[in-house]
Amino acid sequence: MGEERRVLTGEHFLTGDHACAEGGMAAGCMFFGGYPITPSTEIAERMSLRLPEVGGIFIQMEDEMASMNSILGAAWGGWKSMTCTSGPGFSLMMENLGLGIVLETPTVLVNIQRGGPSTGLPTLSGQADMMQAKWGSHGDYEIIALAPNSPQEIFDHTIKAFNLAEQYRTPVLVMSDESVGHMTEKVIIPPREELKLVPRNYTKKKPGEYLPFECGEDEIPEMVKAGDGYKIHITGLTHDKRGYPDISAEAQDWMVRHLMNKIQKNKKKIIEVERINMDDAEVVVVSYGISSRVAHRGMDLARKTGVKVGMLRLITVWPFPDYMIKELAERVKAFVTVELNFGQIALEVERYVAGKAKCYLVPHAGGDVHKPEDIAEAIKEAAK
Amino acid sequence: MNKPAAHLETAIVEQDTHPMADLLRMDRMPHIWCSGCGLGTGLTCFIMALKETGIPEDKVAVVSGIGCTGRVAGYLNLDSFHTTHGRGIPFATGLALANPDLRVVVYSGDGDLVAIGGNHFIHSARRNMDLMVVCVNNFTYGMTGGQAGPTTPISAKASTAPYGSYDYPFNIPYLAIASGATYVARWTSLHMRRLKNSMREALPKKGFRVIEIICPCPTAFARKNRLGSGLDLMKHYHDNSIIKHGADPREADIDMNGKVVCGTFLDIERPTFRDFQTENIAKQLGGE
Ligand SMILES: Cc1ncc(C[n+]2csc(CCOP(=O)(O)OP(=O)(O)O)c2C)c(N)n1
Ligand code: SF4
Ligand SMILES: [Mg+2]
Repeated sequence: MGEERRVLTGEHFLTGDHACAEGGMAAGCMFFGGYPITPSTEIAERMSLRLPEVGGIFIQMEDEMASMNSILGAAWGGWKSMTCTSGPGFSLMMENLGLGIVLETPTVLVNIQRGGPSTGLPTLSGQADMMQAKWGSHGDYEIIALAPNSPQEIFDHTIKAFNLAEQYRTPVLVMSDESVGHMTEKVIIPPREELKLVPRNYTKKKPGEYLPFECGEDEIPEMVKAGDGYKIHITGLTHDKRGYPDISAEAQDWMVRHLMNKIQKNKKKIIEVERINMDDAEVVVVSYGISSRVAHRGMDLARKTGVKVGMLRLITVWPFPDYMIKELAERVKAFVTVELNFGQIALEVERYVAGKAKCYLVPHAGGDVHKPEDIAEAIKEAAK
Repeated sequence: MNKPAAHLETAIVEQDTHPMADLLRMDRMPHIWCSGCGLGTGLTCFIMALKETGIPEDKVAVVSGIGCTGRVAGYLNLDSFHTTHGRGIPFATGLALANPDLRVVVYSGDGDLVAIGGNHFIHSARRNMDLMVVCVNNFTYGMTGGQAGPTTPISAKASTAPYGSYDYPFNIPYLAIASGATYVARWTSLHMRRLKNSMREALPKKGFRVIEIICPCPTAFARKNRLGSGLDLMKHYHDNSIIKHGADPREADIDMNGKVVCGTFLDIERPTFRDFQTENIAKQLGGE
């Protein structure tokens, strides 16, 4: 038992869910509070096996409100923490995702999306929680959400999510899907020393000098943990830089702007996309997660018929790469968004294309993935 | 504004520091609580108890949910967390597990802890989590203006029970014990010495400890039930209390006119969640 069991360096065949858990382990996670739900349960199961090996704690909470709160508490206790869930549990986590955002707490929430609404399709894929990821908790805020499309990527992205959480002192979402969660593929876990991990940005200030929500130009406040003598007070009420409640329009304006700016000002550093066949592209496929793999095939089929089509694969879905869409809209003919819903990210694309190019959606209710042929047809239609 | 009389001015100057100023966030005073509210006396007991235990202040964290009682976290000069309604216990669970050097106290209201947070309360008791829970029971939702709640006695009036509340209230000591708590006591906010002693006793212990404080809420509860001022109500609870250590918790129901059974209902030890983690799991992994 000990830290030597933390990173399972080597070549493995893993499901996406297990790769996600290993990503959490490699990132330094010490605490997992969760509630079982298909298709994310295997992450919790793997963490219950793995965390005790490194002296960490797995706790199965009584529900998802408790799970989400427990990982916030663990973060303020000084540990890296995470949870995972799917549709119905994601809904229950919204209340305290909001608390995490307002307390500016570094932590990671993984959603292995299934078909919804309600209990929906427990064992089948969906991508219809993408707008909930952005707007699901009440009030205005910005969030960071990643969308891995393979077991290797969910391993990498879980580490990336932990790093972003520490860098921006905020909860980060990994918005995967059942297809990725349950597929088995090769996953390479690098040697420990090759992992790039972001440690917690603990303040060097002394108690009395430190304010939990004070920040510089970059809008990112430093952290402390309970028990270190800072005697912090933090609250879910609108607060000032000291963390004290301030129920006024002025304080609200400062706090909400700060929460938005923290992500928006830094978005060019946060956002990652993959561009495929974009050099000569006249039609751009926008996709993410499992849909991006099917869309890739659709793109190849369309290319064979002579259509100049490329793909902008979103690795970071939130914050949305609005500036990239705007720039592309100036020079391409059309956008085709492919996602397992009836147009969530497609709306964002349309919003930033702002009439400068045609916009198409290849919708899907979930429960399966698209047919590449349908995507190819949509691309051809868009190219006309 | 009228100028105070000269002798009053002197009195104000001489009393410029509160005797508990070191453990209160004086920069947050005045507090929001009504005059006659019992929350202040309970908090005084807590501060005295904490000092008497000698536990370093840096090693105590207080977590609250939402409500008048929930504001306690904001007034204590300790690491303090004001979370969401009912969720103090799960937040505190993560905090306590990540940082075993901390004594974690959840300080919240009856509605917070046994209505919206009721599931967390019973499951945390079941796990025997290392948490001390102070539940201030004022028989109502004070913060939101006196609605009926999970402890409102049968027939008591509330803003959402204009004809009287007719669903059965929880008996908190019974609930706590049945769910697995290892230390359970109840006092009224006028039993200041006994309440303080109970808190002093519970603070250093391990496991899930629950102290219920029967607390007057003159504004939201007493007024609707014509029970008089805060002081009247405090006296009423105190005079109608009977102290019976080790009492059967099933006999600790509270109704509008009956007795309030106070005392230490239970004080036992059993392995905590952490004990199981460190002992049983570590053993299987070949550790100590
Ligand atoms: C999810 C949610 N529901 C409702 C509320 C509104 N609310 C705030 S405090 C409170 C009740 C507080 O009652 P109690 O816990 O007994 O505390 P008291 O004010 O009596 O001390 C309610 C219902 C809320 N803040 N959050
Ligand atoms: S409403 Fe009741 S509980 Fe709240 S501060 Fe006033 S008296 Fe106290
Ligand atoms: Mg109450």
